[in-house]
Amino acid sequence: MSIWPEERTYTHADGFETVDMTINIGPQHPATHGVFRMVLTVDGEMVVDCEPYIGYLHRGLEKLTENNDYRQAMGFWDRTDYLAGMACEGAYCMAVEKLAGIEVPERAEYIRVMLMELSRINSHFMFLGAFGADVGSFGTSFVYAWRERERIYDLFEEVTGDRMFPTYFRPGGVAMDLPENFEPRVRWLLGSIRQGIEDLDRLLTGNEIFVERCTGLSPLATDRAINMGVTGPVLRATGLPWDLRKAEPYSIYPRIAFDIPTGRQGDIFDRYFVRLAEMYQSARIVEQCLEQIEPGLVLNPKLPKNLRIDNGECYVRNEGTKGEYGVYALARGGNKPYRMKLRSPSFCNLAGLREMVVGNYVADAIIILGSLDIVLGEVDK
Amino acid sequence: MSPYVAFGDPIFGIWNWLDVVVRTVLLVTVMTVVVMYLIYGERKVVARMQQRLGPMRTGPYGLWQSFADAIKLVGKEDIRPTGADRWVFESAPFATFIPVLMVLVTLPFAENWGVRNLALGMFFVFAVLGLNIVGIMMAGLGSGNKYALLGGVRAAAQMISYEIPLVLSLLAVAMVAGAHATGDNALNLNVISTLQEDRPFIVLQPLAFLIFFTAMLSELHRAPFDIPVAESEIVGGYFVEYSGIRWSMFQLTEYAAMWAFSIFGSIVFLGGWEWPGGQDIGWGWQLALTLGKSFFLILVIFWVRTTVPRLRIDQLMNFCWKVLLPMSIVQIIANGFILVYEWPEELLTVTSGIGAVVLIAIIITRALRRPKQSLVGAYRQVQVPVR
Repeated sequence: MSIWPEERTYTHADGFETVDMTINIGPQHPATHGVFRMVLTVDGEMVVDCEPYIGYLHRGLEKLTENNDYRQAMGFWDRTDYLAGMACEGAYCMAVEKLAGIEVPERAEYIRVMLMELSRINSHFMFLGAFGADVGSFGTSFVYAWRERERIYDLFEEVTGDRMFPTYFRPGGVAMDLPENFEPRVRWLLGSIRQGIEDLDRLLTGNEIFVERCTGLSPLATDRAINMGVTGPVLRATGLPWDLRKAEPYSIYPRIAFDIPTGRQGDIFDRYFVRLAEMYQSARIVEQCLEQIEPGLVLNPKLPKNLRIDNGECYVRNEGTKGEYGVYALARGGNKPYRMKLRSPSFCNLAGLREMVVGNYVADAIIILGSLDIVLGEVDK
Repeated sequence: MSPYVAFGDPIFGIWNWLDVVVRTVLLVTVMTVVVMYLIYGERKVVARMQQRLGPMRTGPYGLWQSFADAIKLVGKEDIRPTGADRWVFESAPFATFIPVLMVLVTLPFAENWGVRNLALGMFFVFAVLGLNIVGIMMAGLGSGNKYALLGGVRAAAQMISYEIPLVLSLLAVAMVAGAHATGDNALNLNVISTLQEDRPFIVLQPLAFLIFFTAMLSELHRAPFDIPVAESEIVGGYFVEYSGIRWSMFQLTEYAAMWAFSIFGSIVFLGGWEWPGGQDIGWGWQLALTLGKSFFLILVIFWVRTTVPRLRIDQLMNFCWKVLLPMSIVQIIANGFILVYEWPEELLTVTSGIGAVVLIAIIITRALRRPKQSLVGAYRQVQVPVR
């Protein structure tokens, strides 16, 4: 099989022949957010076909997990969605806990939710910054988003000891308790985050060209989105309030009040705006957690030294930053899972790429890809 | 009418032809240094607007950064892709640079102070600037790269569209200048600047200035019209395959063109070396004033670049053909009536000012409106092929 799509020749009425041109975008291209590759077939500036290729960042994460014991494998999971490592750790821990029947102390649940929501904010900041750069602003949105991301990472470092890949969660809780100044620190951070969101909102949404580029572009109907398996902000932008934190509440989310922002017609602008609104909701969740959290244990003391799970099978899904982040685990004794499977939202959202891109300009193909907010660590696993 | 009006005697009393060579070499030397500091300045200005520091390491406040970059670029290997058309590929950087140099040769930097003072200076600038596209198309076609091809073709399409409002806006100014000039030398840049000793032409023709500035951004491929060089789409466009010295020729061309354009704009619209009061201040201050005005325009270009995203190619064409072109034509018609019937000069300011307010109001109201839903149908022309 050739790696290039077949060239198609068109014969026009006057005998003139044209050949569609193929353009390779990626794996090294500033707009592909990593090592994604797509081959666009273009007719002038219009995209007539799009063929995505993935696998450049494949690390065999699921297989690695099967060959390491339950606690060692944690480090691989925050490297899936590396922009929001905590959310992935949370999903993995929930799967292992469900499999082994481990209870998590309440304080640990609150800590987890706070860090997961901060991760979500972090990831969405990355989206806003990179999306602004995709649309063409000269890195300004990127730098503004990075300012807040740095502050969030600084907090992560204070709490967990690491910035990007903390490996802080454990089956049965979290590794250590919060530092003493955590609450004032987070309250300050939330103020800074709100300021940062507002700055980006004014920089991007307040810009005529940005709105003109995004509005009405590549609208996605709800039924099409569901059929293609699209989840997360892209699905919510079509108007369906499908958020696993509400639809299938897990952890302590039932005790917390928050809204699910939805769009109207699923175009690029709605996807952007849903994420923007979601960041405010995440900040709200963190604030409520700060009020509700009480002192206590952070790790289940009855955990065995060596975690062995006899028999079991489970599929746990949580609302990752990109959509439904599902972990399937199958245990058949021993201290390693027999089979792990990740249902990664970025990968499933990419299923819709071809349909969204075809019929638009090359410049729009770039921002449509940007609006899906893929993370290649998650796509290629 | 002689082909050019000499700027006084040849310097050092040498032959006339040698005088041209000496002045051109001086100009190119100065231009190179100016371009280096424009690049440095852009990095600093953009960094300031993005809460960064910019270059800080090479020399005090990174002042030698551009020199270091230039040395590095000269030392790099000059790579030619195998698929490239050798001579077209290798001569393209020079073909883009020469028109810009020819523009610079025409410009007076202070009163009677430049390389050559052409009687039809403004006309010459129009004529030569259009040649720039030849080099860009050569680079686009000769590179044997699809990104470069797209970039070159985009640049050509953009150039063809934006040349028209650019020339029409300058035509409006030329009409005003022609009404004031004694004799038939209203297209001489030196004369145009001298005519503005009471008030710069931007006061009389604000709409023309806005159109000129917009079209200038487009001609220079600066944001929001940087479609031919879009970094996030076609990764640099027509110069994507170049490296080393040839790449730096493109960079030099880009910034030299920016400098030339802003000096041209400051002479035609902002009064060049004339204070609004119109005193004779000596050539040193005149030079400083011209350069100061041009650097102000360049600062605005940097500022715009930092804040706005990029237009799509069809939106770019819409803006040109549906907004800028009609407005510049209306401007010319209004000027024609006012100048032919010798109505008071203030009417020029009023009509053009109303036009400028309308243009700005169009942009601001569109920016302020709630995002409108449903442009569906304008896109979706191609069916998704079935596999």
